[in-house]
Amino acid sequence: MDLQSQIVQYLVTGLTLGSIYAMVGLGFTIIYNATGIINLAQGEFVMFGGLIMVFLTATLRIPMFLAFFITLALVTVIGIIYERVFINPLKQTSLITLIIVTVAVSIFFRGIAMFIWGKNPYSLPPFSSGKPIMFAGAAILPQIFWVLGLSLLTVILMNLFFNRTITGKAMSACAGNRLAASLMGINVSKMILLSFALSATLGAIAGASITPIALMEYDRGPLLALKGFCAAVLGGLGLGTGAVVAGFIIGIIESFSAGFISSGFKDAIALIILILVLFIKPSGIFGSEEVGKVKQF
Amino acid sequence: MGRKNYFKLLSLSIAVAVLPFFIRGDYYLSVLVFMGLNGLIVMGLSLLMGYAGQISLGHAAFYGIGAYCTGVLTTHFGFSIYLSFLAGIILSVLVAIIVGIPALRLKGHYLAVATLGIGEIVFIIFNEWMKYTGGPSGLSNIPGVHLGNFQFNSSFRFYYLVWGINLLALFFSLNLIHSRVGRALRSMHGSETAASAMGVNLSFLKIQVFVLSAVYASVAGSLYAHFVSFISPNNFGLMVSVMFLMMGVIGGIHNIWGALLGASLLTFLPEYLRVFNQYDILVYGAILLAILLFMPEGILEGTPVLIRKLFRQRKT
Amino acid sequence: MKKFFLVFLAIVLFLFGLIGPLSAAEPIKIGFVASITGGASFLGEPEKNTALMVQEWINKAGGVNGRPIEIIIEDSKSGASEAVLATKKLIEKDQVVVIIGSSTSGESMAMANICEKAQIPMVSMAAASQIVTPADEYKRIVGSPNAAFEVPKVQRPWIFKTPQTDTLAVEAIYAYMKKKGISKVGIITVSDGFGSSGQAELRRLAKKYGITLVADEVYGPKDSDMSAQLTRIRAAGAYAVINWSVGPVQAIVTKNWKALAMSIPLFQSHGFGSKQYITLAGGAAEGVICPLGRLVVWEQLPKNHPQYAILSKYAQEYEKQFKAEVSTFGGHGYDAIYMVVDAMKKVGTDKTKIRDYLENTIKNWPGTGGIFNMSPADHTGLDHTAFQMITVFNGDWVIAK
Repeated sequence: MDLQSQIVQYLVTGLTLGSIYAMVGLGFTIIYNATGIINLAQGEFVMFGGLIMVFLTATLRIPMFLAFFITLALVTVIGIIYERVFINPLKQTSLITLIIVTVAVSIFFRGIAMFIWGKNPYSLPPFSSGKPIMFAGAAILPQIFWVLGLSLLTVILMNLFFNRTITGKAMSACAGNRLAASLMGINVSKMILLSFALSATLGAIAGASITPIALMEYDRGPLLALKGFCAAVLGGLGLGTGAVVAGFIIGIIESFSAGFISSGFKDAIALIILILVLFIKPSGIFGSEEVGKVKQF
Repeated sequence: MGRKNYFKLLSLSIAVAVLPFFIRGDYYLSVLVFMGLNGLIVMGLSLLMGYAGQISLGHAAFYGIGAYCTGVLTTHFGFSIYLSFLAGIILSVLVAIIVGIPALRLKGHYLAVATLGIGEIVFIIFNEWMKYTGGPSGLSNIPGVHLGNFQFNSSFRFYYLVWGINLLALFFSLNLIHSRVGRALRSMHGSETAASAMGVNLSFLKIQVFVLSAVYASVAGSLYAHFVSFISPNNFGLMVSVMFLMMGVIGGIHNIWGALLGASLLTFLPEYLRVFNQYDILVYGAILLAILLFMPEGILEGTPVLIRKLFRQRKT
Repeated sequence: MKKFFLVFLAIVLFLFGLIGPLSAAEPIKIGFVASITGGASFLGEPEKNTALMVQEWINKAGGVNGRPIEIIIEDSKSGASEAVLATKKLIEKDQVVVIIGSSTSGESMAMANICEKAQIPMVSMAAASQIVTPADEYKRIVGSPNAAFEVPKVQRPWIFKTPQTDTLAVEAIYAYMKKKGISKVGIITVSDGFGSSGQAELRRLAKKYGITLVADEVYGPKDSDMSAQLTRIRAAGAYAVINWSVGPVQAIVTKNWKALAMSIPLFQSHGFGSKQYITLAGGAAEGVICPLGRLVVWEQLPKNHPQYAILSKYAQEYEKQFKAEVSTFGGHGYDAIYMVVDAMKKVGTDKTKIRDYLENTIKNWPGTGGIFNMSPADHTGLDHTAFQMITVFNGDWVIAK
């Protein structure tokens, strides 16, 4: 196998992994910008996305296309309930406590998922059938195009939302300065609710689209959350494309280090790069220095 | 450190000293040993969170460095216990300084991210450096602890060792909080700007506290390795770090006694939840959420508040 | 300050008060630790089911010399510390006669130290040979210049195990490859206890069968994609891939192998012993080859095979009672329980006598994993005949030619 086809293969793998990290990372930044909370239950949205999709298509036999949208709706509702029950009543609490609340929620969600689906992993048929496509000596699964396409579409829609709609602009305003935004008459509480809903939807898209490639089980969430969080931080924790590009970068680094350096140290290499970038340019690759100053933890 | 705290410390010491005589069996004593170890780590985290306002997502790394240092040095290189304990502490301090200095000079969440990264990197090293760490299969046959000819070879003896160290650390921490440094730390948590205007060297103080918390974790890790005599990377992963944070918050981060309480409670809870069999994760999550929802300040400060609230409601 | 003590006291009293006093009851107690939740739950679940089912069978048949057995099941949550605490609880609070468990090698090694110290027989349901081999002996073998040809001479006195050792699985695969003329192999292993133990054996024994490892890759137990590692193996010019892992990741490796349209055969470890993985991999598992115990192909065995009666009963009853496919993992639990029950029937509940019986008298003993022949130098008691090379054909197991 020649070097060129190897490189193409690693690139494809990296892009597939990267699109998942990108969507999880984007979910992190949306909630972070509205509330300052790092939502460590972000991976559980992905898990719910995958498992609900399996339930709808395999058990209820709903057609794939319809099931996809029902999945998104259901996971969004989970996000809304989550915010209303666990985050909204704790407005007065310190950020550290709120972050720990998200950890407790993630444990609780995993418990619920185990209760419903048990501990076995589940698989889904790919969205469209077909053999792997050979390109420049590398094999590409049709599902990978779905994953990439859906994540790109999501990113474009998100960008349009934040830049073109009043609600989206209001959310960006909250991200910049919550106090100022509320003085301008923006309903911050509503924006926080919306951020959880949006972020849950993103998780669901990621979960439903990767399950055909990577299976899904009740405790997959934490690792995805970790990688997504790295993407969010590397991207500068701002709204927009930072987290997405960073997600792809992490995916590609991971896949190339596994291919050319050492598969055992692939995660370590990605993390070392993350830490180095942070120390050299603390606002992340794409974060602006000025916004970085307002942000806290 | 105030008479109140002396009295508390004294009472706790007496309670610790007599407790083993009321408890039968190695199992409960082992649970108490784990309580003491977790308490030691969470105490350090509580100083970091509650007093320096920083959060570490990778404390299991220091726990692991302590455990693996002593494990590897005693089994592969025949080091004495004391030297290998010391090596663990030194390595932890070094790592804490390397991570802490750049991260803590900056304002904001960098320590959390940097510790998260270091935690994972250390975890990967434990997994991959198989020649010495044994890789994912773990490292077994770590010898026990001795002091001269006295062997800490039973849970009963180990209990006193762990809680003795724990109480010493508690004494030290309480003194620290009520010293000039502690006042500076608290002022920092209130308002960093005001504190630095008053001439408090913030980043230096923060690094000191971070290093101290790393030392506590490293000592706990070394003790853990000798107690269980087997370690594997899974004991030192991300979820363990998060669990330490959880213990601190559940107990109450603004109070070092809360840290001890949270650690004890969350060490015991899973043991108690064994009756729920496989659904314990659901019950466990629900209990944690309930505590956080109704006592967001932690159990120590939250319980009296909650009781008062309930009474008031009944009266009206 | 007062509130601190009240809270503290209340909690301590509450927790300890509810535990209840120690008591010694009539039934014979067997401790059973399994990874019922956590990362290895796919092992612990069938083992737990098996324990419940077998306990009922044994008690219906009159128990052990008139006394019923009580299997006390503890969840190790797939973690070593939890397994240690559960073992201590079983030994002291429940005063069990033997310990069975746990599901994974890491947990079992942590538990082995306690059982050795407490001098209580322990039968592990995990595969790594390091569980029953003393650390010094293991070091001697690995360090020996002739490592590929060494076998352990001593075993840890109180520790036994029922699953086929990874050594045997590796030898079964390598022997099969030698027969087929495959000499250059790429291995890919998961970074947990099972995977790293398999990796060590794959490296150690290659020389004995004239096999060269051209690639040696690893991945994490929760990774979602291993295409990069497989691509590297293909680029290294391997004639076959061997994957060593248990659990969902096996299915992902299989899917990736298919997706990459790799033209070289994929071998799986004996951890592939559950039909669930064939289903999970979709059509991708077609043609996968792995060494398995005979449990999964019991219908294809001749009726007079010594294991036939046991296998057919266990497989059929399990599938009837739990509405799930039988797996070799549950079988390890079955073997462990019946082995200690047989011992107790003959020698009573004396721990030393049970240990001696397990070591010296388990001979030609048919179980689900094979025909066991224990000895002081072998606390697993199985040889290469325990394995059958099996391939996946039309979504089912077929004995490989």
